[in-house]
Amino acid sequence: MAKRIDVGGLTAYYGSHKAIEDISMTVEPRSVTAFIGPSGCGKSTFLRTLNRMHEVTPGGRVEGKVLLDDEDLYGSGVDPVTVRRTVGMVFQRPNPFPTMSIFDNVAAGLRLNGSYRKNQLADIVEKSLRGANLWNEVKDRLNKPGSGLSGGQQQRLCIARAIAVEPDVLLMDEPCSALDPISTLAIEDLIGELKERFTIVIVTHNMQQAARVSDRTAFFNLAAVGKPGRLVEIDETERIFSNPSVQATEDYISGRFG
Amino acid sequence: MASTTPLDLPPAPPAPRGRPGSTGRAGDKIFIGLSRGSGILLLVVMASIAVFLSYRAVLAISKDEGNFLTTLDWNPAGDPPVFGIAVLLFGTVVSSVIAMVIAVPVAIGIALFISHYAPRKLAAPLGYVIDLLAAVPSIVYGIWGALVLVPYLEGLNLWLDQFFGWTYVFEKTEVGIPRSLFTVGILLAIMILPIVTSVSREVFLQVPKMNEEAALALGATRWEVIRLSVLPFGRSGIISASMLGLGRALGETMAVATVLSPSFIISLHVLDPGGGTFAQNIAAGFGEADEFGRDALIASGLVLFVLTLLVNGAARLIIARRKEYSGANA
Amino acid sequence: MSHATTTDVQDDRPRTTPEPRTGGLSSRSLPRWAPLGFAAVSLALGVGIGAAAGWHSRTQWGLLAALLFLAISYAATTAVENQRQAKDRLATSVVWVCFLAAVVPLASLLWTTVSRGAERLDGYFLTHSMAGVLGFEDTGGVYHALIGTLEQVGIATVISAPLGLLTAVYLVEYGKGSLAKAVTFFVDVMTGIPSIVAGLFILSIMLMAKIEPSGLMGALALTILMVPVVVRSTEEMLKLVPNELREASLALGIPKWRTILKVVLPTAIGGITTGVMLAIARIAGETAPIILLVFGSQLINTNPFSGAQSSLPFYIYEQYKVGEAASYDRAWAAALVLIAFVMILNLAARGIARWKAPRTGR
Repeated sequence: MAKRIDVGGLTAYYGSHKAIEDISMTVEPRSVTAFIGPSGCGKSTFLRTLNRMHEVTPGGRVEGKVLLDDEDLYGSGVDPVTVRRTVGMVFQRPNPFPTMSIFDNVAAGLRLNGSYRKNQLADIVEKSLRGANLWNEVKDRLNKPGSGLSGGQQQRLCIARAIAVEPDVLLMDEPCSALDPISTLAIEDLIGELKERFTIVIVTHNMQQAARVSDRTAFFNLAAVGKPGRLVEIDETERIFSNPSVQATEDYISGRFG
Repeated sequence: MASTTPLDLPPAPPAPRGRPGSTGRAGDKIFIGLSRGSGILLLVVMASIAVFLSYRAVLAISKDEGNFLTTLDWNPAGDPPVFGIAVLLFGTVVSSVIAMVIAVPVAIGIALFISHYAPRKLAAPLGYVIDLLAAVPSIVYGIWGALVLVPYLEGLNLWLDQFFGWTYVFEKTEVGIPRSLFTVGILLAIMILPIVTSVSREVFLQVPKMNEEAALALGATRWEVIRLSVLPFGRSGIISASMLGLGRALGETMAVATVLSPSFIISLHVLDPGGGTFAQNIAAGFGEADEFGRDALIASGLVLFVLTLLVNGAARLIIARRKEYSGANA
Repeated sequence: MSHATTTDVQDDRPRTTPEPRTGGLSSRSLPRWAPLGFAAVSLALGVGIGAAAGWHSRTQWGLLAALLFLAISYAATTAVENQRQAKDRLATSVVWVCFLAAVVPLASLLWTTVSRGAERLDGYFLTHSMAGVLGFEDTGGVYHALIGTLEQVGIATVISAPLGLLTAVYLVEYGKGSLAKAVTFFVDVMTGIPSIVAGLFILSIMLMAKIEPSGLMGALALTILMVPVVVRSTEEMLKLVPNELREASLALGIPKWRTILKVVLPTAIGGITTGVMLAIARIAGETAPIILLVFGSQLINTNPFSGAQSSLPFYIYEQYKVGEAASYDRAWAAALVLIAFVMILNLAARGIARWKAPRTGR
């Protein structure tokens, strides 16, 4: 299940523009790792290299390696489709399939990956919705469109959709930035529960959120304006927020820039 | 020019004029009047199209000794005058259906090719070329169809007869040049291909990135992304594009008039020459028709008008309903 | 910490991943050139079988090759990879086949028109009418038809452009309530009117008012076809003008009509011009109303308000119907002139759109 991620010397480009440079880090299984840093520092780009979504962007390409329990995501013969099936992702804005019901949304990934019997499917959908703390709110309207839910509910629906296929890793790209405080709290609680089963990486703009949900925190920054983003440091969240080893991290956290 | 005009504004205000408010109000009134008047004029034109056509049609139909709907003949100059639209309706519907069956899937394919498959450098110029092709006048398609396509399709017709003759529909009972409804259907398909493609492509390009990424992140292949997010999102767009194409095919005059060898028969042998369509019959019969004959043609034109209205209305309804249930488990 | 990891990773280098582990990330896959290979094989088979069976039309060879291509790539991918990949490849193949299948007739259309048209097209052709020319003679030209087209389209544009523009302004800037809804709906309906029906409508008026055919009557029918196109495109352009611009102007105390004239329309003028030009290109090729209302003529008639005229599309139809080799040549040459006219309008319109676009978007 939950797997460990080892990133080595990873550089990502948009066309000829270098977005992030030479990033190496390890993400422990069954933990929450938060990426923080000023806008445009490449943390989202880096996140998207972890499930090969970066190359979907026109001109996007990657150098370096990302090992998922010792298997390189960018090795030759690796199918990006399989990678994305193994590394789930939740996006900044909730994006349920607008034409599908709640049930079909959760079942979408399963249906792609094989055939299930009806009751089997129903079991997994229920389990995933329970896992996303959404079951009680939607169990009576599973056949209603997913787009009819509130923003927070939609985001939990997307989480349910992502965990239904039992990925090894769950990537979250600012999952709460489009949500109100109460929905945010619900998602944060959920992240705490999900880390029992998954390796979770979350990008956030909100430092309090990073402090609340994560075990380890990585701070990204631009080397200079116009230069690619890089990893400044990664450490236990507690240390990053109390006693970081790099001055820039402390400046950022104390609000001196960013 | 365009961008500087807003900046030119400060000198423009009514400062030098004595009573700034009143000129504005009078101007506003005139302007509203003009623009509303144009809108109303359009409505009047629409209404008068219906009224005038119906009036002339009634003049003709009241003297028709045959049954306007079922008579298999067109002889308004005869004594007594006998004419009916059955053959025209049949020919129009059959040729348009053939055109749709061929064109819509291919157009969706091309639209997907341009929006999701073609190399990026190729995609933009291709879209451009398709738009240009949509502007090629139908008469050019017409002479190309008659002088190039018709001889070319002879072999295909023989082949269809040879292998699919048992279906009855593709049985060829007359030898000779394939100036048939089937050929007309193929030509119409080629004609409406660019417009259906162009509209579908636009819709496919509008699919929100995040919907496609949702599918990708679940580990969907390119085709599965299209099936999960592009096609559902584009469904109403595809329908309206197809209806647009169907409207064109139903009303197309020149391409049919040049290619078809018309005759007043209804035959399911689509490979045989013969049959006719509303528009083709009007264009072909107009020259020698007297005033009553022209009224008869106007009557048939009214049916074509209603037919295209129904198609457009149906498209509108479908789209409206889709919108209503856009999130439904369809 | 992170540095330690980096070295670890690099020590791992010999990562040949030899065995495709079940449940692993890598899987067996066809080489990248596979689709090309399939295409070559199926093309060869298609031609071979077609030639062996003695089918004359290459259309069937192509169809057969296309079907074989789909079947081979599906089967091979299912065997080597899996069903999902096979479906994906099948979809890719179908899409490519669709594209190629459509390219052939459309390219043939353009190629035939250009090559056949160029044979006859010269200065003489553009400057002479068909007066006194018999169908089988290879003289004569398109001058009278050119004049007819320019005048008829010109009149239609002079009526349609302001009418369409004002209607669009009404719909975007003033329109609320049932009148605007009705106008919007019927503009949509009008877009779908077949050109021959527009022609019949004017014809019915002519029959009742005892009006003789003339260029003007044709132009009126073209107007009915052109107005909805202008309204639609202008509407789209006006909607793109940001509301802030309107509000900025209104906040200066400038009356609304001046705001529209001085701010909104100038901002959108590029797009509006494009729309009008595309509409002109569309109606310039209409034949059916001309047959009914302008009647056609072999002679030069520069007066659009009385007497029969010709027009380019009508001329093509007329020459086609004569059915002589020389008249076919004239038809192709006129078709080339017409296509060139339409294409130049299109290209110019898009050029204007592109040239103006960044400024309005600022």
